[in-house]
Amino acid sequence: MAARFIDRDKLISILTPIILLGLWELGARAGLVDTRFFSSPALIARRFMVLSASGEIWLNIGVSLRRLGIGFLVGGVPAIVLGIAMGLSRSVRAAIDPLIAATYPLPKSAIFPLILLIFGLGESSKIVMVALGVFYPLIINTMAGVLQIDRIYLDVGKNFGATRGQMFYTVALPGALPSIFAGIKLGVGMGLVLIAISEMIGADSGLGYMIWNAWQTLSVETMYVGLVVIAIIGYVLSLFLDEVEKWLLPWMRER
Amino acid sequence: MMVIEKPAVSVTAAPPKIRIANLARRFGTLTAIENFSLDVESGSFVMIVGPSGCGKTTLLRILANLDSPTEGTVQVQRSDPSKPSNAMVFQGDSIFPWMTVWDNAAYGLKLRGEDKARIKDVVGFYLDRTGLTRFADRFPFQLSGGMRQRVSIARAFATDPEVLLMDEPFSALDEQHKTMLQQELLRIWDETRKTVLFITHSVDEAVALGDKILVMTAGPGRIKAIIDVPFPRPRNVIELRGQPEYGELVFRIWGYLREEVERAAAMEMK
Repeated sequence: MAARFIDRDKLISILTPIILLGLWELGARAGLVDTRFFSSPALIARRFMVLSASGEIWLNIGVSLRRLGIGFLVGGVPAIVLGIAMGLSRSVRAAIDPLIAATYPLPKSAIFPLILLIFGLGESSKIVMVALGVFYPLIINTMAGVLQIDRIYLDVGKNFGATRGQMFYTVALPGALPSIFAGIKLGVGMGLVLIAISEMIGADSGLGYMIWNAWQTLSVETMYVGLVVIAIIGYVLSLFLDEVEKWLLPWMRER
Repeated sequence: MMVIEKPAVSVTAAPPKIRIANLARRFGTLTAIENFSLDVESGSFVMIVGPSGCGKTTLLRILANLDSPTEGTVQVQRSDPSKPSNAMVFQGDSIFPWMTVWDNAAYGLKLRGEDKARIKDVVGFYLDRTGLTRFADRFPFQLSGGMRQRVSIARAFATDPEVLLMDEPFSALDEQHKTMLQQELLRIWDETRKTVLFITHSVDEAVALGDKILVMTAGPGRIKAIIDVPFPRPRNVIELRGQPEYGELVFRIWGYLREEVERAAAMEMK
């Protein structure tokens, strides 16, 4: 019974977007949808083929993913290390928490001019933007993850003579990992938003640049190709992270 | 007035395994434990019973180095400096959800950096003794409460501590599992004869397992009575319960405990 419901749910979730795309295409052909603004699925697909054949789209995807990846590491690694330190030590928490609380609400896009000023127009300003986007959700989730570890596990570590380092690797890190993963997912989403924004200003490659350039040349189809590609990247990354999570956290109850 | 039914002083001049002298622990204005002195012989199985809030857990946490005394000292006689001075079996779930049964049981040995072959031998031995060999690769969420507590026992024994501390390890289990685990614990203990300090709120459990039973007063915790348990070992915890002496001893300990339980209840009401 349950399996049949799951199959039915899957079918519905695949059918809905297909039907909507079909309606869009029909609407465009019937002249009900203004193709100057909304284009049509067929036109967008054709443009994708062209951009793919010229290699332009792949180049931009590669550039954006590279910035996203490097930014993720630059922001993520310190976020996890600091987050765990904040979770384990009251004084580290007291020192860093107010800084996080005060800077977190600043819209990252509003800091971009400052980042440009400091890091220039090159790669580093985009990487820093992604890093900032990843850093905040990840440090907050990591700290919360360590804080919610049941005290008894820390007692066990202490009773069995764990050193500081051993406490980190055997208790704090694995105990906080589910929460860290939730932070990574949020951070990747935020990173995608920020890479698109920062590539629109002061960049000559990347998906954000492609979309912005398409707007300036009124090439609506290219704009849509960029949006669709970003959506697909986001979706594939989240599927990928789900798989990594299952592999890294086999001890979590089935959800 | 402390009652000692039989002299606690050992005949041999061997130094005690644990020597607790004039221990006190205060939390602000609350005195959890006070004027507490005790010598525990090597290889004896000592049970501590007392009303809730009598500082039993505080005492054990101090022995486990998880808390420090406000006054007094605690000494554990080390026979081998490479062994840990103690290992604790905690009340409730304390095995790591993120480690398999095997890794949980091997935890103390791995922290100490024992060599792989030795870890394999020791952990294999205690998983076998606790009936967990088949479950070595399982994670805690796949185990029952009784099996999780077996892992905790295996983990503590595997480190080969000088003293084993047990903080109401079976209190969350149902009667049948509790009885099974008590018997298994005694079987393992008979092979190792570790010095054990075991906290319980169950008089029945105290009589079934212990060599000596310490009755504590309602807070602040002091020693009210020390009672020797005369039953020979190895014991069968089910057959033991059928003997008339068993019932008599349970009744006698209740005699000491009753007043304290009533006092503790009266303090709670205030």
